[in-house]
Amino acid sequence: MPNGSQSAAVAAERSSGLLASARRRAGLGGAEGLGDLLFRLLCTLVALLAIAVLIAIVYELVQGARPAMSRFGLGFLVHEIWEPNFEKLGALTYIYGTVVTCFVTMLLAVPLGVSIALFLSTVASGRVRSVIGPLVEMLAAIPSVILGFWGLVVFAPFLRDHVEPFLHEALGFLPFFGTPSTTGQGLFTASLILTIMVVPIVAAISRDLFLTVPQEMRDGAIALGATRWEVVRGVILPSTASGVVAASFLGLGRALGEAIAVLQVIGGGNSIKASWFEPGETLASKIAIEILGAPFKLQKSSLFYLGVILLVLGLLSNLAARAIMNRFDVHVQAAR
Amino acid sequence: MSTVEADTAAELEDPIGALGALAGEHLDPASPLTPSRSLRRRHIVSRVMEGGQTASALLALAVLGIVVWSVVEHAAGVLSIDFLTKNPPLQVELPGGGIGPEIVGTALLMLVATAIAAPVGVLIALYLTEFGGTSRTARAIGLALDLLNGTPTILIGLFIFLLLVVGTGQSGYAAAIALAIIMVPLIARAVQEVLLLVPLGMREGADALGVTRWRAVRGIVLPSALGGIVTATILALARAAGETAPLILLSSIFAGTVSLNLGTAVPNIPIYILNASESASPYGFERAWGAAFVLLTFILLASLGGRALLARSRRKLAG
Repeated sequence: MPNGSQSAAVAAERSSGLLASARRRAGLGGAEGLGDLLFRLLCTLVALLAIAVLIAIVYELVQGARPAMSRFGLGFLVHEIWEPNFEKLGALTYIYGTVVTCFVTMLLAVPLGVSIALFLSTVASGRVRSVIGPLVEMLAAIPSVILGFWGLVVFAPFLRDHVEPFLHEALGFLPFFGTPSTTGQGLFTASLILTIMVVPIVAAISRDLFLTVPQEMRDGAIALGATRWEVVRGVILPSTASGVVAASFLGLGRALGEAIAVLQVIGGGNSIKASWFEPGETLASKIAIEILGAPFKLQKSSLFYLGVILLVLGLLSNLAARAIMNRFDVHVQAAR
Repeated sequence: MSTVEADTAAELEDPIGALGALAGEHLDPASPLTPSRSLRRRHIVSRVMEGGQTASALLALAVLGIVVWSVVEHAAGVLSIDFLTKNPPLQVELPGGGIGPEIVGTALLMLVATAIAAPVGVLIALYLTEFGGTSRTARAIGLALDLLNGTPTILIGLFIFLLLVVGTGQSGYAAAIALAIIMVPLIARAVQEVLLLVPLGMREGADALGVTRWRAVRGIVLPSALGGIVTATILALARAAGETAPLILLSSIFAGTVSLNLGTAVPNIPIYILNASESASPYGFERAWGAAFVLLTFILLASLGGRALLARSRRKLAG
C-alpha cells in the first residue's frame, strides 16, 4: 500500500503512545544498564535521521535553486517562456501542465475510487471483497515506467483513434477538447495514466474508512426504511467525508510527483495550449527529461527551482491529508 | 407489484384498507407495507448506484487485466534463456541480445538498498514503539516519515544528485541510497504496526523478571515480530524495484555489460525500459516488453506473497 497505511499509522501512533505511557506510569522498563542506554541512543539517533533527511532535502533543493531564485525571483512562477540559450526561463508552462493533469486526474479518480470503495465495503460479500480488494491494490503496484510504456504503445493510439475524436465531436465547443493529436500523446493521455495510479490509492483508503462506520448506524438506517444507497448517502458518506478528502489529497500528492509515466505519454511541449489533447510537460516530467542534458548553469538551477515548487506543492497536499486524517480519527474515536 | 393499479386492487380486496379509505385514508395499516411509487423510484436509484459501483470496480480490474495482458502478449515472443542472460546489443535498434546485466544490476541495487533501509526502518519503528511514546519528538518523527513517504521520488533523486553525483559522477551507491530513502518510511510504518501487535503481556512478563529493555527487545519483541519485519521489507522492495525517477539522475549512463562495481552507474531494468521506449525502434520495444515482463512478474509475486505473509503473521500475533 503506497499511502494506504496512513490512517492505520495514525492509529498505531496513538496506541504506541498509550503503551509507552502505561509502562512509564507503572515504573517499568527494566534497569537502565549501559547496553540499554546505547540501544536507546542508537534508536533515537536513527529516528532523528528521518527528520534530518527531510530537512536536508529541502535545504539542498533550495541551495540548488538559489541562482535561479535570485535571478528571476517570484516572476519565475508567471513567465511562460523556457529558452535556456537566451537565459529566459519561466515555470508557468509546467505549472499549467501540472494543474491541468492533476485537475483532470482528480475529477476522474475521486468518483471512481470512492465508488470502488463503496462496492468493496457495502455491495460485495466478504469473499468477493477479499479477492477484488487486493487486485485493485495491485494496480498501484505496477511500476510507473511499465504503465507509461503501455500508455505510449497501446493506450495513446487507442485514445487518438477512438476517444479523442468522440470527445471533440461531442464537446468540441469547449476549448479543452480541441482537434485530436496525431500521436495520442498529450496532457489528456497523461491525466488518464495518472488516474490509473491514483484510483487504487483513493479506493484503498476510502474502503478502510467506510468499514469503520459502525454497523449499528447502518442497521439503524435500514430499520428506518432506507435503501442501500440512502444508507451510503445519509450515513456512510457524511460521517467519512473528511477522510475521503484526505484520501484525495494523498492521491493528489502522487499525481503531482509522478515524473516517469507522465514524461512517456505527455509528448513534451514547451508552450501553453488550451486543448488538453496537445502535448505539454509537468513540473516533475520537465525535471526528469532535462536535468541530465542541461548544459547551462542557470538552466540547471531553474530545474531545481521547479523542484522546489513541486516540493512545496507535494508537502502541502500531504500535510493537508495528515491534518484532516488526524482530526477525522478523533471523530471516529469519539463516535465509538 | 407496486404500480398504482396494484395499490388500488390491494386496497379493494383488503377490507381494513377499504375501511381506512372510508375513514379518510388515515387508518390504513397495510399501506406502509405496499411500496409506493416513490419507494419504487428509491429502489431503482439504489440499484443504479450499486450498478455504477460494481461497474467501476470491474473497470479497475479490466485495466489491470489489459495492462498485464499487454505485457505478457508482447513479451511472449522475446522471452528465452538467452534474453535473461545475454548482454543487450551495442545499439538499441539492433535485434537480439538480452537484459542479463540489467537483471543483475537491479538485484544488486535492491540488495544494497535493503541492507541500508531494513535496519534503519526497524530501528525507527523500535524507537516509535519502545521509547518515543507520545513525546513531541516521536510525533515529529512520525510526521517526517509520512512526509518522506509523500515526497515525489524525483526530488529524492535530485537531493542525492546534488549531494553525491555533482562533481563525482553517477554511482550505484547513490542510486541505492536514494532507493533506501524511499523504502525507509514504508518499512518503519509497517514494522511499527507489527511491533504493536506483540502482546503487552509478553513485554510485561519480561519487565517483571527484571529483564533490561534491550534484552526484552532482542529476545522477545523482535523474534515474535520477525515474520512481519520480513514481509514489510518485501513489500517495500516491491515498491522500490520499479522506481525509475531517481535512477535517471543517479544510475542511467551505463555500458551494456554486467557491472558489480557500485562506484559507477549500474545497469538496471527500469532505466532500460525507459530508454528502449524512447528509442521508437521495434527491436528496442520488443526487449522493453520483455524487461517489463520480468520486472512486473517479480513485483506482482513479491507484493502478493508479501501481503499473504503479512496477513498470516498478523493473525498469528493477534492470536
